[in-house]
Amino acid sequence: MSLTSSSDGQRPGLADRLPSWLVPNLSGLHIIAIMIALLLIGLLLVPVAQVMIVAFQDPATGAATLQNFVDFFGSALFRESSWNSFYVSAMSVVVATAIALPLAYITTRFHFSGSILIQSLGFIPLIMPPFVGAVAMQLIFGRNGTVNLILRDNFGFSIPFMEGLNGVILVQSIHYFPFILINLSASLRNIDRSMEEAAQNLGSHGLRLFRRIVFPLAMPGYIAGAALVFIKVFDDLGTPLLLNVNNMLAPQAFLRISSIGISDPMGYVISVILVVFSVLSLWASFLFMRGKDYATVQKGGGGIAKRTLKPAEKALAYGTVIFILLLVLSPHIGLLLLSFGTIWSFAPLPDGYTLQNYITMWEGSKTFIMNTILYAGIAATLDVIIGTAIAYIVIRTNIFGRKALDYLATAALAVPGVVLGIGYLRTFHQFDVPFTGEPMASWWVIIALALMIRRLPYALRACTAALQQVSLALEEAAESLGATKRRTIQKVVVPLMTGGILAGFVTSFATAAVELSATIMLVSSNNDAPLAYGIYLFMQTPSGRGAGAALGIVAVIVVAIGTIASQIIIERDKKLKASSGDH
Amino acid sequence: MEKKGIKIEDVHLSFGSTEVLKGVNLEIKPGEFFAFLGPSGSGKSTLLRAIAGFGPDPRGRILIGNRDVVGMSPWTRNVGMVFQSYALWPHMSVRDNVGFGLKERKLPTSQIRPKVDAALDLVDLSHLADRMPNQLSGGQQQRIALARTVVVEPEVLLLDEPLSNLDASLRVQMRRELLRLQRQLGLTTIFVTHDQEEANTTSDRMAVLDGGVIQQVGTPQELYDTPANLFVANFLGTANILEGRVEVDGADARFVTKTGDPLSLPKGAVTSGSNIVLRPQNISITKKAGANALEGKILHKEFLGSQIRYLVAAGGTEIVVDQSHSAGVDGFDTGALVHLQANTSGAVVL
Ligand SMILES: Nc1ncnc2c1ncn2[C@@H]1O[C@H](COP(=O)(O)OP(=O)(O)OP(=O)(O)O)[C@@H](O)[C@H]1O
Ligand SMILES: [Mg+2]
Repeated sequence: MSLTSSSDGQRPGLADRLPSWLVPNLSGLHIIAIMIALLLIGLLLVPVAQVMIVAFQDPATGAATLQNFVDFFGSALFRESSWNSFYVSAMSVVVATAIALPLAYITTRFHFSGSILIQSLGFIPLIMPPFVGAVAMQLIFGRNGTVNLILRDNFGFSIPFMEGLNGVILVQSIHYFPFILINLSASLRNIDRSMEEAAQNLGSHGLRLFRRIVFPLAMPGYIAGAALVFIKVFDDLGTPLLLNVNNMLAPQAFLRISSIGISDPMGYVISVILVVFSVLSLWASFLFMRGKDYATVQKGGGGIAKRTLKPAEKALAYGTVIFILLLVLSPHIGLLLLSFGTIWSFAPLPDGYTLQNYITMWEGSKTFIMNTILYAGIAATLDVIIGTAIAYIVIRTNIFGRKALDYLATAALAVPGVVLGIGYLRTFHQFDVPFTGEPMASWWVIIALALMIRRLPYALRACTAALQQVSLALEEAAESLGATKRRTIQKVVVPLMTGGILAGFVTSFATAAVELSATIMLVSSNNDAPLAYGIYLFMQTPSGRGAGAALGIVAVIVVAIGTIASQIIIERDKKLKASSGDH
Repeated sequence: MEKKGIKIEDVHLSFGSTEVLKGVNLEIKPGEFFAFLGPSGSGKSTLLRAIAGFGPDPRGRILIGNRDVVGMSPWTRNVGMVFQSYALWPHMSVRDNVGFGLKERKLPTSQIRPKVDAALDLVDLSHLADRMPNQLSGGQQQRIALARTVVVEPEVLLLDEPLSNLDASLRVQMRRELLRLQRQLGLTTIFVTHDQEEANTTSDRMAVLDGGVIQQVGTPQELYDTPANLFVANFLGTANILEGRVEVDGADARFVTKTGDPLSLPKGAVTSGSNIVLRPQNISITKKAGANALEGKILHKEFLGSQIRYLVAAGGTEIVVDQSHSAGVDGFDTGALVHLQANTSGAVVL
């Protein structure tokens, strides 16, 4: 057949006379795997390793030293920053738990008509980048914000919700509590009803039953969520920066690099600490969860028994839920008001309403929006291409080292945006862009690549899930009919994965569009800045806040549409697969 | 401890608009081992759970001793229940599982330990006290669940299909052990099962449920020998049911089948009803006609070892007949024309 390869057996070439290990027989997939590996090494491993190395180098001589760490811990500011970062993360977990626990408990344990509302509203905070909500929260909870103005006028006291670290804790916990809510609710639903009934049967009930049986059984889910919250808050740069809280680790790293320069070792030391902490908390949560798969739902048995609430309990439940929802929605409400408001200062609400902010925003941020579409578009496209390739290589081939490829791509999860940003600055300032000759570190393409690396783990998961749904038999059928591997992938595998790939693209695009921590390090001129950076710039001046809020609303809408679209795509894909599987 | 009986009076229970228990009346004596037997969906679990306080509140009264427990919270009832899935808490060691109820009862730690040890001894598993539940076999989990329940000295013990998750040989062993334990503790026990052999071999008395209604209550033998209705007759063992009518002629009564064959009835038998129940082992197959015999044709033959089971077309229906088998005897062939000799001395007319 004409499809089979080369002209075997004729004229032995040089390659045939060399020992076979020198000229390995590489298929197209091998070459792709090697290219991806090189890409990941160059864009993830090398920059991060660079950061690690610099942290242990004498800035003058380049010799290995621990002096940088000694200096770091010798500085009162850095010690305070470390403590603050730790404190803020831990407190955010506590406050996020206080928000998530009642919601999870009420929705999973009682017949409660608001359950679906809670479960879907729980996602709302996640569709707004936390730093976007931060300014709006200032206006509502700040010293002269809505709540405190009302409190002071009526009761003569105020509460320092937003003072210093409190502000960061409040904003972060409102933004990240859904991680705990989602994981905890899933765990609670997975507890078999008989677990609880057995305890009741032995005389336990109420809070005691919850504390001794229900919560411990839901613990694995809770820990998974809490660890995520801790890490995200610990690594986050945007929120403290916007709230002007600089005595934390991530802002310190940013400030050192942006004000002193990329040769200052402190930014690197902080990066090492951020990475080590992320990895340690993930590791600790894995250790805790090992051997604790408590999903106890029996075949056919229901999850936890739902109880009907008595009228008084119902009122209490609704009260709690509405209070929490108001709190959770406050950044959105505040942002909306701010974006339509004229002047909002020392008043519970804006003085008047206008569309002017949107006009200003549109005029002042066309470049931001175009840049965002460009960067996020490139990042998401590359993500799904690489994600599909890695998924295929991992699941369907036995290429040596394929697992390592998977791990490497996923490892990006553990690398804080600041660290990646610093790594890129350090690595790429030594190279020039071909033809133009400007330094690579300030080239806009680098921003797109950073976004690509940061979103790759999510895209990879989506592609892997999509590929797992494509039956191997379909592929074998195509091959048995004479199609080559390449044509099989092109004509059979990828088309069948479309739904999943599209969902991966949309999620990557939407979240890359609002990413701030890596981009803020890499943006070299306002002309190259994406939307998230634009919001940050607007929010720096009181007069720009309205327009910044309008841009924030645009960001929220982008992410919301992205989230909903990917959900719809996934659902439709599932239905399609289900109906075609029927016959 | 004084043994308590259970009295269930006119209990109705609905899930939403579907009524699952439709007026259940039952009296269980103190210290009795009582079985609920019935097909899937008949309401056995629902009734048991109502006694323990789980599920919707029933109408009617459930008395444990003299105390009506309807409306009481499960944790105040002092009723021990063992769940089908065992429901051992995976985050607690065996010792903590067993000690849980005692801790809830605020017993001092110094008293908890010996009681837990005693309970573990009772089920022969003292050596596993420090294991976690997921390190136990199914049978061991079952026994721990039992120990966890009896250690709090409940007034009655409720078991919902406690053996259904075990494999067949273990099931036989466990049901003996269960009975031994029940006798030792003298605990009034209700045992839910849909396996009649299990019910027959363990229970003092049993209730057969169907469609949320109790069909009959009695000892296993009473229920087998004198079923109160066709459902019970069919549900317990294999029953041949022939339609026809009873004819009374002075002191003699006969059952005349649809096909007109007379079967004499023992003196004092029920003389009304249009069905006669004949157990397979009470019929024999012969070559020649005789009194109390039906003509038939062998449709099918199964060799079961100690017995041969025939399916015979006779009396207007298909009749199952068991003949004991002895070595070298071939029995009858499929298609053979035979006569069925019915031993009606224990026959029931319904
Ligand atoms: N939570 C519930 N909601 C609605 N209907 C229920 C519920 N639990 C049980 N039922 C219904 O009540 C009827 C009796 O159920 P029950 O569990 O008591 O049966 P069972 O006799 O224990 O059966 P099995 O042998 O299968 O365990 C069934 O028809 C069942 O569908
Ligand atoms: Mg049942």
